[in-house]
Amino acid sequence: MGELGAFIILALVTLLPAAAVVTSRNLVRAAMSLVPSFLGVAGLFVLLQAEFVAGIQILIYAGAIAVLILFVIMLTAGGTGTAVRQANEQRVVGGLAAAALTAALLALLLRTAWPLAAGSLPRANVAAVGSAFLTTFVLAFEISSVVLLVSLVGALVIARRER
Amino acid sequence: MTVGVNHYLAVSALLFGLGLYGILTRRNAVAILMGIELMLNATNINLVAFNRYVAPGALAGHVFALVIITLAACEAAVGLALVMAVYRNLETVHVDEINVLKW
Repeated sequence: MGELGAFIILALVTLLPAAAVVTSRNLVRAAMSLVPSFLGVAGLFVLLQAEFVAGIQILIYAGAIAVLILFVIMLTAGGTGTAVRQANEQRVVGGLAAAALTAALLALLLRTAWPLAAGSLPRANVAAVGSAFLTTFVLAFEISSVVLLVSLVGALVIARRER
Repeated sequence: MTVGVNHYLAVSALLFGLGLYGILTRRNAVAILMGIELMLNATNINLVAFNRYVAPGALAGHVFALVIITLAACEAAVGLALVMAVYRNLETVHVDEINVLKW
């Protein structure tokens, strides 16, 4: 019962700010609403016994990406002013498309009989994740580090003022 | 009633739909990036939930969630740099006004 209560609270903490993110007319408010949504997802990760993923989620999403988005909103015009029209003319069609996809996903995901397995995750999660990264998934690890470097250089080059 | 994999899948589908709605209806490019971040978060919930309930002995779901978080950071950095470059050249961040490639 306690787990269900925690899950419902965390799901609401995730979904209600997410609704504010996509509907708020003030973009600063939308970007600030990203933070509780990301924290709610981190809480769901803790419930799923993924403590390391939850920590990284807080550090990168709630820490870095939200601040980056806020910076760009502040540096560009038209984000904070509520006088600017923020939604385009396909609000109804977009809403219908999103609702249709959500309904299809829910029907598909909830009707499928997943091959559930009993048992719980190993205790020392972080150490196991680390050694999995450096043994089984070393290729993904190395490629993602190269992608990180390339995107760092690319972002610098793109955002640099041209002479 | 205990929490099962279906609960997490439902939350993830709803979050994905909200992100898609944001992408389809926002005019500001930064707001579209926010919608993409929500959809990536929904994916991560799915991966970690399946890791917990379908293959509890493995850690592949955690590993792939971490890789997706890394790539989301890359995508946010490059995307926001592109928004800054577009804003400097065209003085707008609204994607329906960025139409210099249209004849």
